[in-house]
Order: sequence, then C-alpha cells, then structure tokens
Amino acid sequence: MTESLSATEPALASTSAYLVEPLPELWFGLVVATFGVYLLLDGFDFGVGVLFAEADETERRRFLAAFGPLWKANEVWLVLFGTVLFAGFPAAYAAILGRYYLAVFALLLALGLRGLGSKFRGERDDERWVRFWDRCFVVGSAAAPFLLGAFAASWALGEPSVVAVVPLLAGAATVALVTALGAAFLCAKLESPIRERLVRRGRAATAAYAALGTVTLVASVIRYPALRSEIQSVPMGGLCIGTIACAGVAVAAATGNRYRSFAVATAGLAVAFAAFIGVLLYPAIDPATGTTVADAVAAPLSLNLTTGFAVVFLPLIGSYFVVLYSLFDDPASDSGQYQHG
Amino acid sequence: MSARIPVSAIGDSAADLVATIAFLSPELASRIQFGWTITVHILFASLSVGLAPFLVYVTVQEVRTGDRRYARLREFWTKVFGVGFVMGTVTGIPMGFMFGTNFGSFSTTVGELLGGPLSFEVKMAFFLEAVSLGVLLFGRERVSDRFYALSSVLVAVGAWLSAFWVLVVNSWMQTPRGYEIVTEGGTSVARLTDPVAAFLNPRFPWMYVHMQNASIIAVTLLVAGVAAYFVRTNRESDAWRTALRLAVVVLLVTSAFQAVHGDAYGRHVADTQPHKFAAMEAHYETGQADLHLVAIPTDPEAITDPRAENLYTISIPQAASFLASGGDPTAEVTGLDDFEFESPPVAVVFWSFRLMVGLGFWFIALGAWGTYRCRRGDLAEADRYLQLLMASAPLGFVALLTGWYVTEIGRQPWLVQGVLRTAEGVSPSLTSTEATLTLLGFVVGYLGLLAAFLLVCKRFVDEERDRCGVGDRDDADGTTDERPREVIADD
Repeated sequence: MTESLSATEPALASTSAYLVEPLPELWFGLVVATFGVYLLLDGFDFGVGVLFAEADETERRRFLAAFGPLWKANEVWLVLFGTVLFAGFPAAYAAILGRYYLAVFALLLALGLRGLGSKFRGERDDERWVRFWDRCFVVGSAAAPFLLGAFAASWALGEPSVVAVVPLLAGAATVALVTALGAAFLCAKLESPIRERLVRRGRAATAAYAALGTVTLVASVIRYPALRSEIQSVPMGGLCIGTIACAGVAVAAATGNRYRSFAVATAGLAVAFAAFIGVLLYPAIDPATGTTVADAVAAPLSLNLTTGFAVVFLPLIGSYFVVLYSLFDDPASDSGQYQHG
Repeated sequence: MSARIPVSAIGDSAADLVATIAFLSPELASRIQFGWTITVHILFASLSVGLAPFLVYVTVQEVRTGDRRYARLREFWTKVFGVGFVMGTVTGIPMGFMFGTNFGSFSTTVGELLGGPLSFEVKMAFFLEAVSLGVLLFGRERVSDRFYALSSVLVAVGAWLSAFWVLVVNSWMQTPRGYEIVTEGGTSVARLTDPVAAFLNPRFPWMYVHMQNASIIAVTLLVAGVAAYFVRTNRESDAWRTALRLAVVVLLVTSAFQAVHGDAYGRHVADTQPHKFAAMEAHYETGQADLHLVAIPTDPEAITDPRAENLYTISIPQAASFLASGGDPTAEVTGLDDFEFESPPVAVVFWSFRLMVGLGFWFIALGAWGTYRCRRGDLAEADRYLQLLMASAPLGFVALLTGWYVTEIGRQPWLVQGVLRTAEGVSPSLTSTEATLTLLGFVVGYLGLLAAFLLVCKRFVDEERDRCGVGDRDDADGTTDERPREVIADD
C-alpha cells in the first residue's frame, strides 16, 4: 500500500454518523432481500429450464415464449445483490468471493449457458445447433440453482468450500425449489393439457424440496453442533413452520388447479430460504472469518449516499417490474406470440 | 514481479508453453483474464452504446412517418442489438464479480469508492435497459407506437447511464480524487470524503466523451459496412440506401470530432499521467520529444522491443513537446527512465496508440469521401468505395480496443494511479491453479461465444439478403463471391 501521491484535501469533514442508527443492519437486510428476490425471480426461469428437458418442441417454444421478455430483467437482481454486498461490505465481498472462487465462476458459466442457450437456439434453422443450445439451456438452468444454493449454504455456515455435505444438500434442495417455482409460473402462464403434467412435476418438486430441506437442516445440526441453539430460536422455528405451511399450500393449490395460489406459495418457499440464510448469518456477514456486520460495513458517508440512491431507485425498479409483468401477463400461445416481429 | 507480460516466454516450444501456463502467477493470470474478458465485453458494451441512438432514430422515424424503410432497419438492427445485449450481459456479469474473486485486496482497499458507483449503475441503468429491452424485442404488437418509441429511448438512456457509472469507476482509478487513506487495525483503506470530486474526477469528462464517441464511430462503421453490402446486393433497396447515407455523414462528423477531442485529451494525459504519455511515444530520456507520425519496424523483433528502437519513423521534431505542453516546442517531457516506478509495457502502448490514431484518420477519409459522393448523388454506385466500407466494418472496434489498451496498459504498474499497484491488488488467497483454470475457461468459452455470435449475425444477414431479392438460389450460402456481378460501373 503506497501512500497517496495526489489525494485531495477532504472537502467535507468525514461524516461520522449513519443516516439512521441501524443503517448497517438495514443494509444487511437489503443484501439478504436482493438475494431472495433474485432466487425467486430467476428461480422460476431456472425452473422453466429444468422442465424444458422433458418438453417436446411445441412445448419448448411456449416455455420460451412465456419467459422470453422477463428473464433478462430478472437476472439483473443477481448483479444488484453483488453490488449491494460490495457497496455495503467491501471487505466481506472480497473475502467471500475469493473463498468460493471456482464455485462463483462455475455459477457464472451456468448462467451464461442458460442465457445463451435460450437466446441462440432459435436463431438458426439447424437441428444440431438447436439441440446443442437446448442442452446448454437445460444444464445451465439446473447447475445455476445448485451452485447458488451450495454457495449460499457454505457462506452462511462458514464452510471453506462448497464441496461439503450440507452445502451439496442445500444445492439439491434449491434445484427442487426452482423446479416447483418454474412449474407454478408455467401453470399460471400456459393454457393447455400440459398443465396436468406440470402440476405433477410441481407437486413432486415441492415435496422434494420439503424433504431435502428437512434432511439439510438435520445434517446441519449434526455437523455444526454450535447451530443447535440457533436452530431452536424463535425466528428459525417460525421459518420452519412457514416453510411447511407454504409447501402444503403449494401442493394443495396445484392439486386444486389454483395456479395463482400455487405460484404465491412457492414464492413463499423462496423467500423463506433467503430468510434462513439471513438468520443463520447474522450478526456475522462472513462467519468463516467471524467478520460481523458492524466490522465490515462501509463508512457513514458512502453508505448514506448509496442508501439515498437505493431509497430513490428501488421503488422505481419495482414499478418497472409491475409494468413489464403486466404487459406480458396474458397466457403465451402455441405460436409463441411474444416472439419478435 | 514484472508487470510486463512475458511474450518472449511464450511460443518457444509446446513444452515451454505448457510450463508457462502451468506457472502463471495468480497476478499474471488474473490480469490476462480481466484483460481478455473486458476485451470481449467491451465489444458488446460499445455495440449497445453506439447502436442505441441509431435504434432511437429509426424507431422514432418509423413511428412518426410510418415509413417502411425505417421499420425494416429497426427490425434488422433490433435483432442484432438483442443478441448483442445478451452477449454483453453474459460477458459483463463476471467482471464485477472478478473484483472480489481475483482482485480482493483492491476491493478491500478501495471498495468504498467502487461499490457505490457500481451499485448505482445497476439501480439507475441496468434494470432500465433490461426491462425496456424486453418491450423493444417482444412488444411491437402489444404496446402503442408512442410507448414503443419511448422504450427505445429508455434502452438508450440505460446504455448511456450504464457507461457513465462504469467510466466513473475507471476514471477514478486514473485520476483518483475525493478520498483519504485511513489506517485501521494495520490495514489501509481509501475512504470517500467528497463524492462529487471522486465521481466527477478530472479524467471522467475526457474519458466519457471519447469512449461514447468511439462507440458511435464503431457502430457507424458497422452500419455503413452492412448497408454497403446490401446496397451492392440490391441497388434499389431504399432502406439500406438511407442507412448508408446516414452512416457516412455521421462517420465524418464523429470521426473528425474524435481527432480534435483526442488531441486535447492527449494533453490532459500528459498533465495527469506523464508516464503514460511517455510510453505512448516510447520517450525514455527526459528532454524535448518528437512525435512519431508513422513507425514501421525494420525487423519483426522490433515490434516487441520495449524501447521501440530499430524503427523506420516519420517524425515531427519537438511535436510531442509541443502537444504535451500545449504550445511550447522546447518543453521538457519527462522520460520513462526518470520515474521511480517501473514502466508499463511500452511496446504494447506505443503500437496500440499508433494503430488507434492511424485508424482514426482512415475513418475521417472514409467519411469525407462518402459524404462527397453522397452530395454528388451517386454514393450507391461508388462500388469500390462500398467495398472499402465493407472491409472497414470491424475496424471501429479495433480502434476502440487499441485505445482502451493505451488507457489501461499505459497506466501500469498502477491499479489506482499513485495509490495502489496492480501487484498489491490481487486476492491473497488466490492460487495459481485456480487462476489458470478459470483463465483457460474464459479463453475457450469466449472464443466459442464470439464464433456463435458471428454465426447468428450471418443468419440475420442471409435472411436480409434474401429479402433484398438476391440469394433465393440453391447455392445461396452467404458468400459474396457467388453474387452475380453487377453491371454498374465502378467509380
């Protein structure tokens, strides 16, 4: 570290106070919230990709038509999560991403395969081309949530690697979760006989998520004895009950053809997952090094400034999504009516 | 650790190559990885920045006049924009994460100055662009004309705001302001003290204007080249004749402006980063400096010669002194030997700069000749000129990349000028194996990506050519040679 040669005199005296006293905690909440929104929104995109594997060509076109206008905007939440973590907790950002180096790049690779696969498949009339990008789309759509879940669990538990029992279980549970999300989304979007199959897949995936979630939780308690008291806490108990309730409602709603309730209940599962991560982490932001939110948080001036931007822009972003989702809220047709031109 | 990429160490034999890769240090591997990633990403980022205003123009014209020509251009270029945007996103997302994975010490030290602007980019720009693009690509039949035109404007606003915040971050690293160094518990970090000074640092306006204009020039050349191809396919195509006329006039204006602006920008660099200016001119000993207008190596090895000697040059004596000082031909220019830190890889900077400037003058010539033919009214018949435009279609991107290399490689060994060296910014936990593995992944993956992108664009071009009335033959595979020769006389 070389001392600055050209640092200007500070024009403002270093502000020493946060806008509101619990601002660091609020930022921690924002980090978890952006992660949750990402898991929810891109989660159903991943689910569409997983279900794509066993769809025929007509169904595939309809799946893509249903998610085409939305997924690019959904994916931006991952970038927002990254930059919110970076802006709020720069040192923790560097430590966490550096630790899970290969897993982070594997996740980025999977996201790339997903995005390019869905975009490129239709751009040429060539059987081999289409099949190649279809495979990329399916593999990326399954691998991304797996890595995301494994990454989130290792981070929250302070595991030095994602290749450990509990993170791998959490990864598998996340794949089941997104499959349920994808089925619910497609059921709400498509009007056709394939709904019946989607409902079966959605119910099975929801049940698998509940089962894998339970196994993950039990394995965590066995592997990390220190977690026992944490897991017996009131918020954890509430989240467990909430998860079970959402899973039950999701299965029942899917069975009863109430697709909107099915979608809302599976969304609840994703939100509960993110909340689990948040409760497990706090008051640490990086349990592996014992760094707490208070240790790692950015200084008042920069955090106040980014908070100002967030207060102005997050509602605006919310309104973009309302406009986008209401523009494309009617069922996608066989011809893929969202296709351009 | 030398900051210079050991080009000479690569290529002796396959065994040496393997050894070199296997022993890439985390720093070197991370630098090549970031450099390669940004090289590919910047092509697509610039495509968005440069194409967005053009899309606004044709979309607004289409909606305003109902003219089919504009609908045709809009349809073609929106498809290219859509694929380019996905490519830009896929290649861009890893870069923000690389700050944490590969340059962790850098992120820890100056994260407060970088994290904020990067999160502003996402909140203000990226969402806007991604959401509006959904409407632009899928919503032509679903929204009103007015809303559709508005969505094209919002895509452009998003693209330009995105570049704004990214260049705020980059320019801060060139001319850091508005911070203080605070040492807490043995580690030093840069703390934001004055956001306005930090964000609107001295380099920012220069960089923003130069880069945005470079993107427009690159896309204008692309549009001109593609339009030239379709006009040669079908001289009667009103849509593509319109695009061609528009492109050559825009090219003249923007490339002439870029030359004037670049000259003043050079003086600013000489003031704020004198070692970069010296590297651009391969100026080693302090004293009066000449300006090398043309430099040609007398033997191939001179290309990689860091001292840029053994060159055949056409130079203007003392002109670099004149430029650096803003008018004094006898002004002393500090040579690279007089800086207390090591020099950047001079050969790369020297040649990149020459290539960029040389191409810039070529673009002015192309723009001027095309505008002249346009005024004479026979632009579409200027066959040889149209061929030159087609050949020059990718050169704007080459100029843009070489300019970026001058900026980024020229500031080495600093990651943040005068504050943090590149070697000090790398993640301490990063292993050589990890870094090398991902580097190989990025090289292979992005080459595949570029190939796929070009294949998709070829399909767009083939389809459009078929619509132009030529190519609906059995042998239509997109090669220009098989096109029947036009009878129209060459210029």
